[in-house]
Formats: sequence, structure tokens, C-alpha cells
Amino acid sequence: MSFYDEVKKYQDFDFDGFFERTNEADVQRVLAKNRLTPLDFLALLSPTAEIYLEEMASKANRLTVQHFGRTMQLFTPIYVSDFCVNQCVYCGFRVTNGLKRHKLSAREVAAEAGKIAESGLKHILLLTGDSRQQSPVEYIKECAAILKGYFTSIGIEVYSLQGEEYAELVKAGVDSLTMFQETYDPVLYARLHPAGPKRDYRFRLEAPERGGAAGMRSLNVGALLGLGEWRRDAFFSGLHVDYLQRCYPAVEVGLCPPRMRPYSGADFQPASVVNDENLVQYIAAFRLFMPRSGVTVSTRESAAFRDNLVRLGVTRMSAGVSNAVGGHSAEDVTGQFEIADKRSVAEMAASLYRQGYQPVYKDWQML
Amino acid sequence: MSDSLVIAGRELSSRLFLGTGKFSANKLIPDVVAAAGAEVVTVALRRVDTVYDEENIVNYIPKNCILMPNTSGARDSGEAVRIARLAKAAGCGNWIKIEVISDNRYLLPDNYETIKTTEILAAEGFVVFPYMSPDLMAARNLVKAGAAAVMPLGAPIGSNRGLKTKELIRILIEEIPLPVIVDAGIGRPSEAAEAMEMGAAAVLVNTAVATANDPITISRAFALAVEAGRLAFKAGPGAVQTIARASSPLTGFLRG
Repeated sequence: MSFYDEVKKYQDFDFDGFFERTNEADVQRVLAKNRLTPLDFLALLSPTAEIYLEEMASKANRLTVQHFGRTMQLFTPIYVSDFCVNQCVYCGFRVTNGLKRHKLSAREVAAEAGKIAESGLKHILLLTGDSRQQSPVEYIKECAAILKGYFTSIGIEVYSLQGEEYAELVKAGVDSLTMFQETYDPVLYARLHPAGPKRDYRFRLEAPERGGAAGMRSLNVGALLGLGEWRRDAFFSGLHVDYLQRCYPAVEVGLCPPRMRPYSGADFQPASVVNDENLVQYIAAFRLFMPRSGVTVSTRESAAFRDNLVRLGVTRMSAGVSNAVGGHSAEDVTGQFEIADKRSVAEMAASLYRQGYQPVYKDWQML
Repeated sequence: MSDSLVIAGRELSSRLFLGTGKFSANKLIPDVVAAAGAEVVTVALRRVDTVYDEENIVNYIPKNCILMPNTSGARDSGEAVRIARLAKAAGCGNWIKIEVISDNRYLLPDNYETIKTTEILAAEGFVVFPYMSPDLMAARNLVKAGAAAVMPLGAPIGSNRGLKTKELIRILIEEIPLPVIVDAGIGRPSEAAEAMEMGAAAVLVNTAVATANDPITISRAFALAVEAGRLAFKAGPGAVQTIARASSPLTGFLRG
């Protein structure tokens, strides 16, 4: 059994019919429940549930304050290499996009890490493009060894690895894994990933399970909203979190709900536009489905919108972000996509305090 | 006669312990601790940042308080032991609250791993406060392992649901020769009073204070409730009768 089998169970499921049948009484019934089933969660993702957005938001706020307090955990990504062999049609780093590629040397990683650490952040997310040649596991391990000197928690967002490779990285000090499935629709997935190792839908889908088995402390998953029909991808993202939490009760499993952003060399149009209301509905519905799970919102979202999301169920935010390789210590570099919230860590912290929330810089101590 | 709680040679006049997670700002902590009159304050080592003063939660804990770091985040005994040693090395003293949690949905403690951890740390000279599911056999094992107190949960952490495990806690109070400190689940001062009336040695409150609209006032309310509950326990409340006892139909003949 893997999450692949869970997804398959829904291959003939009539989502449109379910949404059509979901009426207001169904949504009210779900809102009154404490523990939601997957189909309850789907009801909250329905167009009908939009009428109850304020009620959902209010319950999401209450549950989040109860379980996480008025706190927001902050982190930032560090891009160490943008060499990539994939052809994801929606990504600025894809192999056919003729940008100048970079890979940080050990000394450059240390310089970049030092620059980031000046902000006080203790949680770092290490990113590379998908290139086993340019950024092999050995290179990721070397980076982790350097980052250990600056941060107390290291996450990775890299290409899908084998279980033993995740175990090696855990040993090297990596404690968390972020893996975006992009879309849970296998047919669309194949179309969006015409070539490269990432084309293997199942190998990517099961990567978080391998990470969990390898001893990662935290797993973060989700779809890139807008590639496919967002309500379905939102549903499978939530289901994925629930599945992983059941498989690995000791692991902190969280959701990332990123939306498509414009990027360099853009020629891809998202299949569906996910508006702010949709994203709020998704986050609130997820909070009601998984009251204890973290929700991460990145700087893909604007400062004003992120400020409004603080009270709606989000528990982790990136801050002071550069999504270019060496973006903190070098000049003239190209990022993976456009950053909407350009605030520094200090500005982000000040804004959280103004809203009555405590920015948490450190929430894990490497052992 | 003094009614202090004495643990590891320390005399505590306050029986309200405070947790420091979930506050909207660390700078609230000194006022909350003062309003509560708390002398024991717990802090998660995972949150202690010794480099940045403004974000270092330890700097907000009044110096006259006993700092009790906790092992939040530990999934097994090995991790809990390492966190405890790190806390000691970081200058957080030798009181340690053990939290070993391998279930992220309800955050229920793992009693077995907690007992193992207690045994190791007590042998190393720590004053060990294990957070536990209220189970008599596990509590007895914690006593054998060298715990300084036992800390059963009233309800899952952060749930504010009150003393859902009341009957099991009552058994621990009756049977366990160590202080029984009710740790998680207490949402209201009345529930804290209830735990103290039952004979709990102390209560630890965090979420109920940190997420209240007015954390300072509610911590004062908790302090009063804990004191009232303690006084009631000492006084021994009148026995509750389910029926009126006007006569003795079965034994009255004895006094013929």
C-alpha cells in the first residue's frame, strides 16, 4: 500500500456530481463535526461551501490558535543550484529555458548561509534543481554539513530520492522534506512533465513516504494550484497529508498550498485561476480536516494577502526570500519565479507583532 | 504550618506551574508569571535561541523562577535524553520535564518511552517531571525509575477540555507517593480548582493562559483558583450525600 493506491481509489469518482449534490445542509453538518472524513473535507471544498467561508474561517482561526497559539514559524529557502534536466512546462528553471545556470561552491554556500543567518532565522530550506550530475546527493550532504553551522533545522526541497538516500541525508542533519506533487492528476502530470526523471508520477508521489520511513521529522506536501482543477488537487493534497500522518504518527506532516506565479520565460497559462477566495477556502477547509497539521504559505503570495492569512490557519511562512542561486550574497541573478512579498525577516516579524502574533525563529534543536 | 510543595529540596509556595508556548509575544511572559505568582516555568528547548536576545525566550523568564526546560519534539527516549542534556549544557539547570510524543494527531505521550527516559535522566542527576497518560502501572514504574513527580494529562494538550481523565488521576493521587501535577487539558480556573480539590499537588497551565484574550488577568484567576482548590482539599470538604439521612431504618434497632 502507498498513497498511489489511495489516489487510484478515486480515479472514477465523480467530483463534479459530488459538488453538484453538495447542498448547504451538508456543509452545515460538516461544520458542526469535530472529526472530518475525506468526503466531509471535499464538501468544504465545494462551490456550495463558499457561502460559509466566514464560518469556516472562524472555526479555522479557533482551531489554529488552540493548537499553535498566536505564533508563526519563519524560515527561508536557500537555492544552491538551478541546474535542471526536467522540462516542467510551467517552471522557469526547466532545461529548455536558456538561463545562465549556477551552482554554489562550498565557500559560496557558507557565505550565503552566513548572510541569511544574520536575520536570526534558524530554519533553512535547501533547494536544488533536478540534476543528479550537478547536484548529486553527495553535494546535498556537503551543503547540509555547512548549513548545520548556521541553522538548527534543515529541510530539503530537491528531486525525488530513494529511501536510502533520504536516510543518508537524515544522518547528515536534514530533518524535513518538502515535496510538491504539482498535480495529483496523473494524465495532466504526464502532459506537464514531457521529459526528464520527474516524469515518473508514482516515484514522486511516494517520495514523502520514503522520507518518512527514512526518519524525517517533518514532511510537507501539496499541489501547485492552478495546474489542474484546483478543488481536486486541494482534495488530494489534504488526503496526502492525512495518509502520511496515519503512516507516520510521529512525523509532523504539513500542507503547502502554493499558487502558480509568473516566471522568467513564461509561455504557460494555468488551467484554472485560483483566486484569493479559493485559497482561503482551501486553507480553512484543510484546517478543519487536519486541525493539528502545519500550513506553509510562501512569498509567492503578496504581503497584504499574507497578512490577512495569518489568522486563517497558516502556521509557517517564508520570509526574507531570494529564490535565485546565491541571491543573498551575489548580484544579478535570476529567480525561479516572481516573489510577491519582498519583505525582510525583520519587516515580517514587525508585521506579525503588529497583528498580535509572535514570529518563531527557532522551533527545533538539531540533536 | 507551611503548606509548601517541596520537590528536590526546593520549597515552592505556588502550586501553579506555567508553560510558555503559544504566547503572542514573549514580552508578555514576565507579567503573566507575576500575575500567576508562578515559581516554576517550563520552556521548550526547541524554542530556546541562545544567540538572539530578543527572541531568546529564557530572557523573559524572571530570575527568581525555576526554569524547567521540556523535551517537546522528542519522539523517543533517545531524543528526549539528548534534548535534556542539551538543555543542561545550555545552562537551563537540572529540572527537566519529559515529553515524549510519537503521535502528532492527539499529542498523547508515550508512557513506555517516558519511563525509559526518566530512568536514564534520574540516574544522571536530573530532577525529572514526566508528562504522562494517567495510567497507574506506568506511574508506579515512573516512581521506580526515579521521577520527582508525575504529570498526568487531564485532556489532550492544548484542548482546554478540562479533567476528562479525572477518575484515573484520582487513582494516581491515591496510590502514587509522589506529587501528582495535572499537566495538560486544563482550560478554566474552575477546572484547576477541581484538580487541586482532588488532591493534586499542583497544576501546569499553558494554552488556557496563552490563548486567552487577557493572559495576565486569567493567570491571576488561575492562581486564585489553585489556592482555593488547595485550601478546600486541606479543609476536607463535607461529604456529598445522594440521599437525605433522617432516620436509620436498618440499624435504628441497635440503639433501641
